[in-house]
Amino acid sequence: MISLTSPVETRAHRWPAAVKLGALAMATVGLFTLQDVLLHAGCLVAVLLVYLLPGQVFFRAGLGRLRGLWIFAVLIIGWHLVTSDLVAGVVIACRMATAVALANLVTMTTRLSDMMAVVRWLLAPLRPLGVKTARVELAMALVIRFTPVLALKGQMLTQAWRARSRRRPGWRILVPFAVLAIDDAERVAEALRARGGV
Amino acid sequence: MERNIALIAVFAALVAALGLLPPLMLASGIPVTAQSLGVMLCGTVLGARRGGLAVLLFVALVALGLPLLSGGRGGLGVFASPTAGFVVGFPIAAFATGFVMERLSRMNIGVAAGLASVLGGIVVLYIIGMLGFMLVLSKGPVETLMILGVYIPGDLIKAVLAGVITAGLARARPQSVLSRS
Repeated sequence: MISLTSPVETRAHRWPAAVKLGALAMATVGLFTLQDVLLHAGCLVAVLLVYLLPGQVFFRAGLGRLRGLWIFAVLIIGWHLVTSDLVAGVVIACRMATAVALANLVTMTTRLSDMMAVVRWLLAPLRPLGVKTARVELAMALVIRFTPVLALKGQMLTQAWRARSRRRPGWRILVPFAVLAIDDAERVAEALRARGGV
Repeated sequence: MERNIALIAVFAALVAALGLLPPLMLASGIPVTAQSLGVMLCGTVLGARRGGLAVLLFVALVALGLPLLSGGRGGLGVFASPTAGFVVGFPIAAFATGFVMERLSRMNIGVAAGLASVLGGIVVLYIIGMLGFMLVLSKGPVETLMILGVYIPGDLIKAVLAGVITAGLARARPQSVLSRS
């Protein structure tokens, strides 16, 4: 399973994940307290410059992940153009883009294993309360494995449908799809029990 | 216990796999993805607690950086974007769907699942989703509903499908429909 971590190795890849997450939380809160439009524009430019530091490949990958925000930016600025409060619209659009770009930056420079370590650390206080945190990690690993398996089974169902019918496979394959998923779950549960359970 | 963990993990993966299906275009040109159908199914099939946990697991993996949201989106940026409320609302919507489902245990299973999906997967999800949208974009509730309301017809179709699929599963694998056992 491909994660969204950037294959371009940066210095930030080696920073502790918890520190990056803490800094991100503080920066996001800070963004919501800023009001000045020039400061907001400055923040956005600064974040984009940070994206440029590891090179062109990293920069383009980062911009690609912000593409989905254009529609919201246009919507907001257009709306505020009508209500003749353009500055407020630009502030909102800049704040949104900066916040998302910063968060993506943490995701792009932090490996899944490092993120899992933070989850383990966050769950640790629950252990004395009787919560079996190993189960959470097992469930996460199962989802990561199950997702491509289910996607493949969905494709096979679609092909089987196409072999039998000239019509498009629609919602009708969803029931057998869910049945396959449930059968997988029952078999995995059996296998887990056979290996001594959790 | 093993069975609970496996079912929760498989349904979390089901939500992810449904997000991989290409979006369906309605006559109005609005794209509809099957992902929130998966959220509804978690509630109608697994019930409130397990369904909510399955979707919580899915959202946690999205936050950790896996591209599991429809369109291959994922990572922490999702939680700062205008649609953050919907992602945060997914587990609560699944819980609410399951909660309603468990209360309607005497009703026909398909009808109950459809109704639970409308209440949990649409009403509850949109309340949280709209709050997120209003917070990120500083908009009022009326403007927000005007923008997001275009997706509601697609979601109603998904609620009907959730009813049909849950009824189908109750026939094919009755002992696995935990909301009814």
